Amino acid sequence: MSTQQLPAQLPIAKAINAGLRAAMADDDKVLLMGEDIGTLGGVFTVTAGLEAEFGERRVFDTPLSEDGIIGSAIGLAMAGFRPVCEIQFDGFIFPGFDQITSQLAKQTNRHVGSMAMPVVIRVPYGGGIGAIEHHQESPEAYFAHTPGLRIVSPSTAHDAYWMIQEAIASNDPVMFFEPKRRYWQKGPVDPSNSGLPLHAARVVREGTQGTLVGHGAMVGVMLQAAELAAADDVSLEVIDLRSISPIDFAPIISSVEKTGRLVVVQEAPSFVSVGSEIAAQVSERAFYSLQAPVIRVGGFDVPFPPAKLEGLHVPDADRVLDAVERSLGY
Amino acid sequence: MSDSPATAVQFLDARGERVSSAASERFSEYADEVTVELLQSFYRDMLVTRRFDEAAAALQRQGQLALWVPSVGQEGGQVGAARATKRQDWIFPAYRELVMARVRGVDPLQLIDMLRGNTHGTWDWQSTHFHQYTLVIGAQSLHGTGFAMGLALDGKASTGNRETDAAVLTCFGDGATSEGATSEAFVFATSYQAPVVFFCQNNGWAISVPTSTQTRTPLAVRAAGFGLDSVRIDGNDAIAGYAVTRALLDKARVGDGPGFIESMTYRIGAHTSSDDPTKYRSSDEVDEWGARDPITRVRLRLEAESVDDEFFADVDAEAADTAADLRARISQRPLPTAESMFAHVYSEPHPVMAAESEWLRQYEANLAGES
Repeated sequence: MSTQQLPAQLPIAKAINAGLRAAMADDDKVLLMGEDIGTLGGVFTVTAGLEAEFGERRVFDTPLSEDGIIGSAIGLAMAGFRPVCEIQFDGFIFPGFDQITSQLAKQTNRHVGSMAMPVVIRVPYGGGIGAIEHHQESPEAYFAHTPGLRIVSPSTAHDAYWMIQEAIASNDPVMFFEPKRRYWQKGPVDPSNSGLPLHAARVVREGTQGTLVGHGAMVGVMLQAAELAAADDVSLEVIDLRSISPIDFAPIISSVEKTGRLVVVQEAPSFVSVGSEIAAQVSERAFYSLQAPVIRVGGFDVPFPPAKLEGLHVPDADRVLDAVERSLGY
Repeated sequence: MSDSPATAVQFLDARGERVSSAASERFSEYADEVTVELLQSFYRDMLVTRRFDEAAAALQRQGQLALWVPSVGQEGGQVGAARATKRQDWIFPAYRELVMARVRGVDPLQLIDMLRGNTHGTWDWQSTHFHQYTLVIGAQSLHGTGFAMGLALDGKASTGNRETDAAVLTCFGDGATSEGATSEAFVFATSYQAPVVFFCQNNGWAISVPTSTQTRTPLAVRAAGFGLDSVRIDGNDAIAGYAVTRALLDKARVGDGPGFIESMTYRIGAHTSSDDPTKYRSSDEVDEWGARDPITRVRLRLEAESVDDEFFADVDAEAADTAADLRARISQRPLPTAESMFAHVYSEPHPVMAAESEWLRQYEANLAGES
């Protein structure tokens, strides 16, 4: 892959932009398509400058139709392209739900392996930015339930830069969930070494008395909780899932075997969620290591509330620490 | 109103007479390409397919197929449109394009595999240029459009070369025009001037629901409103199917814009083997359309052109052989393996597929060991 000159610190949005640029420079079959991604550069400026650099044939605005974006991207992939679709906001993905779950996810299986589906769907997701309805949701579980899709979510600039390139390089459809409230969080990017494969989880803080696992914007919340716990002499391990489908269970199981306690943190409602799956599988695989039930901390099972209430809805460090305390109480 | 897209283009009437009108004038150059020899190939494709179709329906009744989707009555527009495609063109079918599949060289037993419950569709789309069936109504209209956009981006279409540029023929029925995806495909196709022609077989019924519930304006008129070059044809006239599809594909392939064909036809049989059409439509209606049969009129034309009996006997023999081949081979189709459930969900290795496949293998081995 081509190496770009990158600043020492890069916000996540610019890291994705740099990753897209690298992928487009490497492979002229990579296309970017979506609403307002061309001249405007996307409502979060993630594709800024790319239309000017690569031209309107490879970076293009689409009609305002999520179903149309995904459906035509499937056709483009059938014709040998690697389309990267931007869905403008999490809550607007559902008009494309049929094309994603019934078509995109199933093409390779339907074609008995004779058709790859290298389509990436970028989805800015999650709350915490004071947004209005449909602009703050975490719909990843709907898609994690669908065989045929791969689902990832970076939480750092380095991962954002590399994971978007790895997602584009994959011959399978990848949904790329971008934690929009961390778009402007800066971090270092090493353009010479990705560090981990696309679907690997990462231990981001080591600890001994309990394990926190989550993805996207919740990684920062978990790290904050671990820092506060450390001040009270409670040692917590923090794992960034990075990949939601498939989930890399090995580091989670290893951690639980060490700590005996697991708290799963997510923005999405907990009912039938990614956290539910982790709780179930850890119970199956590490039953004798657990000192307490796996506890889920998530959004409430309600429609995402108006912005003035999102501080109550989206888990924060205090909610995580409350769960840790309950876990330690067993 | 000769320019209205609602006036159906017809070149061969129900009595087998060559006809023309103001509406058909634009396409007469292409209709003139239909030599007696080409018309004989239309006849062969239609008749062989109909006998196969009838044999498959009977096999479904005997429990050999989970479902059958008949094309009887719709062969005319289909054969014309499929024969109008060039080798480099691509067809995105819905699931009632039996004649088109034959024209593009699909082994009909592979269609049978799908309806028998052995596969979800395994024919070689890359060599036949005939894509898999799509059962979610209208969803393929976007795939065909995106594929056409890709052909243009790749320089395989829209270069202005009528001989070598490729185009896409995307099929669906009247019911599909109510699906969002179909309208979205029209928007994308016109916005990007994609080299695609939509071929809508308006057979009057979406299972039990008449076209009047889908639309109160002719579909060809609605499509014209999207900016598509829209033409209505007599869908039981193979020559009209050929001439209009050729014209619109040639226009689309060179980059001059996408088209839409409303092929006015009739589903003589049921929607599938699962419904009883006598519950929702009259036998008079069926009889009326039976009198406009697409095969009969071509036969009458060929007889008028003094095609000899030997030809008709030869086609009858091929049709009988094809049906016999189906009956002989249907019970010998390979069954899918358990492993095949997991093998192609992803193109690249996946830990859950590996684990579940291995679990099932051991589970089956243990059961075998216990018995």
